[in-house]
Amino acid sequence: MDFDLTDDQAEIRKAVRELAGRFDDQYWLEKDWAHEFPSEFYDEFAKGGWLGITTPEDYGGHGLGITEASIILEEIAASGAGMNGASSMHLSIFGMHPVIVHGSEELKARTLPRIVNGDLHVCFGVTEPGAGLDTTRITTFARRDGDHYVVNGRKVWISKAVESEKVLLLTRTTKLEDVQKKTDGLTLFLTDIDRSAIDVRPIRKMGRNAVTSNELFIDDLHIPVEDRVGEEGKGFKYILDGLNPERMLVAAEALGIGRAALRAAVRYGNDREVFGRPIGKNQGIQFPLADSLARLDAAELVLRKATWLYDNGRPCAREANTAKYLCADAGFDAADRALQTHGGMGYSEEYHVARYFREARLTRIAPISQEMILNYLGEHVLGLPRSY
Amino acid sequence: MNIVVCVKYVPDAQAERTFNASDNTTDRENVDGLLSELDEYAVEAALKLVEAGEGEVTVVTVGPDQAADAIKKALQMGADKGVHVKDDAIHGSDAIATSLVLAEAIKKIGSPDLVVTGMASTDGTMGVVPTMLAERLGLPAVTYASELTVDGAKATIRRDGDVSTQTIEATLPALISVTDQINEPRYPSFKGIMAAKKKPVEEWSLADLGVEAGQVGLDAAWTKVEAFAARPPRSQGEIVTDEGDGGKKLAEFLASRKFI
Ligand SMILES: Cc1cc2nc3c(=O)[nH]c(=O)nc-3n(C[C@H](O)[C@H](O)[C@H](O)COP(=O)(O)OP(=O)(O)OC[C@H]3O[C@@H](n4cnc5c(N)ncnc54)[C@H](O)[C@@H]3O)c2cc1C
Repeated sequence: MDFDLTDDQAEIRKAVRELAGRFDDQYWLEKDWAHEFPSEFYDEFAKGGWLGITTPEDYGGHGLGITEASIILEEIAASGAGMNGASSMHLSIFGMHPVIVHGSEELKARTLPRIVNGDLHVCFGVTEPGAGLDTTRITTFARRDGDHYVVNGRKVWISKAVESEKVLLLTRTTKLEDVQKKTDGLTLFLTDIDRSAIDVRPIRKMGRNAVTSNELFIDDLHIPVEDRVGEEGKGFKYILDGLNPERMLVAAEALGIGRAALRAAVRYGNDREVFGRPIGKNQGIQFPLADSLARLDAAELVLRKATWLYDNGRPCAREANTAKYLCADAGFDAADRALQTHGGMGYSEEYHVARYFREARLTRIAPISQEMILNYLGEHVLGLPRSY
Repeated sequence: MNIVVCVKYVPDAQAERTFNASDNTTDRENVDGLLSELDEYAVEAALKLVEAGEGEVTVVTVGPDQAADAIKKALQMGADKGVHVKDDAIHGSDAIATSLVLAEAIKKIGSPDLVVTGMASTDGTMGVVPTMLAERLGLPAVTYASELTVDGAKATIRRDGDVSTQTIEATLPALISVTDQINEPRYPSFKGIMAAKKKPVEEWSLADLGVEAGQVGLDAAWTKVEAFAARPPRSQGEIVTDEGDGGKKLAEFLASRKFI
C-alpha cells in the first residue's frame, strides 16, 4: 500500500497552493460582498494551463486524472478561496466530461480548446424547479425542427450562467409519459446562451456570491443539431458517467474549506486571550478542533481512494459517494467549529469563517444532497430496499 | 543572448527562521526553504530578454542538497538549464567566498552575455555578492535595475534612488542586479512544471571548479556571527485615551518620534 502522492501530484499541489495563495481572504471577502466574478483569479489559472488538467491533449489539455483535478480544487478551496474560487472553474476542469466522451469531433474541436485556455466559460443546466433531485422528471423540452431544435422550459440554480457563453443543457426530447424507461428520452446539448431566448436571473442566496446561480427562462431557443452531445435520447446516461468524479471534486472542495476553517480557528485559538489565557487552551475549544482534524484526515483518505479507483478504471461509486458524504460533513463541521471558536467575531465578515461556513454548507446540498448519498449506499451497497 | 542567473535557496521568510546552535550559521536544513523571492525577479528579467530574442537562460546556485528546489523553481518558470554547486566545505561561507564559487561556476558555464542577480538575498540581505562577482569576472556591475533593456551589445537600466532616477548604460557582457520593481515574476504554468522535469541540471563540487576547500567555508570567512538571540517580544504600545484632544495627542506623539 502506498499513500504517497506522485512527484507530479506533489508539484501540482505546491504550485496551485502558491498561485491560489496570491489571492488572499480579503480578495474573496470583497468579491463575495460585491457579487463579482473573480476574473483575476480565474485568468491566472487559465494562463497557467490549470483549467485543462483533465482535458485530453488533443484539445489543448493535459489528459491527467481526477486525482490531479481533485488536488487542484482542494488546494483552491483551502487557500481561502472556498467555493467561490472552486466554482469559478469547477466545470472547466471536469464538467465537459460528457462532451469529451460522447461529443462529436467537430463539437469538441470547436469548444474544448477554448475552455482549456479560459476564453470560453460554461455552465451546467440540469436542475429544474419541478424536478429537483429526481432528474428524469425534467420537462424542458427540445423539439426537433429540421436542422435545429426548438427548446422551451425552465431551469433553476444554474451556476455561472450570467458569466457563461455556453450551457451544457439537459432536455427532454421525448416526454416522460412516452418513454419505456424514465432515463430514456433525455438529450444533452452544449450550446450558446442566446440571451434573446434565455432570460437569466440571478437568485439571491446565502453565500458563494462571487459566482451567480440563476433561474433560466427558456423561450423558443433554437439549438443547431451540431450542438447536440452524442445521440438523441441518451443524455441521462452521458451525465451519469460524470457523476462519480463530480462527487469526488465536490468532496475535495469541501475538504479544502474544512482545512481553511481549521487553520483560521487554530490561529485565533492561539491568539485570542480571554480570562488571561489563549482560548485554545480550553479543551472546550481545543477538542472540537482536534476532532475536526481527525475527521478531515479520515475523509481525505476515502477521497484519495475514490480518485485512485476512478483513475485506475475501477468501480468507485461507493467510495465516491462516501467521500462526498464524509468530506461535506467534516468540512462543514470544521467551519462551524471555526465560527464558534471565533465567538462574536466569527459572525462578522472580517474573520472569514462566516464565509467558509456559508460555503461549506452548500456542499451538503449540491450537487447532490447527503440524503441521496445515503439512499445510494443503503440501496446499492447495503442491498436494502429502495426507500423512494 | 546567453544569460546566467544566480539564484539562492533561502529559508522561507514566512516560517520560523533560526541559526544552527553549533556554529551560528543560518539554519537551512530544518526549515522550509525556497527560491529567494528577490531572485525570482532576476529569473523573470532574464526570461523576458531571451523570449524577446534568442539564447538560453542558465541558473546557478551554490547551496546544500535542498537548494536544488531553487533551481527547479527557476526551471519551472522557464529557464533552460541549471547548475548546482554543492560541497560540504562550502557550509558557512561568507559573501566573499560565495562570490568566488559563483565566479568559477560562471566561468565554467561559458561566457554569458549577461549575468543577472537579485538585489540581495532575503536571508543574509547583504547585497554585496553581485558587485563582488562582477569584480571577479571583470564585468561592469550595473546594480539595482528597476528597468532593463538590451539593445545589441548595450544594456540600459533605470536605477531609482531616493532623490534621483539614474539611467545607466553598460556594454555587454555585464552583470546586472535587479530590484523587486522591475517586473512581476510569473508563476510556473502546468506545462512549465512538466517541462522542467526534463531540463538538465549539473552538479559540481569545489574540485570541479578548481576551488580549494580552504578558500571557502566558515573558517575562511572574514566575518563570523559571535552570538544570536531571539528578538525580544514587542512591548505593549502606548494607548492614548481620547478626552476630546485625541488628535492633538496623536500629532504630538508622531512629532516626538519625528514621523511628522
Ligand atoms: C448554490 C447552488 C448552486 C447550484 N448549481 C447548480 C448548477 O450549476 N447546475 C444545476 O443543474 N444545479 C445546480 N444546483 C442545484 C442542486 O444540484 C440541487 O439543489 C440539488 O441537487 C438538490 O436538489 P433540489 O434543490 O431540487 O432539492 P429537492 O430535490 O427538492 O430535495 C429537497 C430535500 O429533500 C431531500 N430528499 C428528496 N428526496 C429524498 C429521498 N427520496 N430520500 C431522502 N431525502 C430526500 C433532499 O435530500 C433535500 O434535502 C445548485 C444548487 C445550489 C444551492
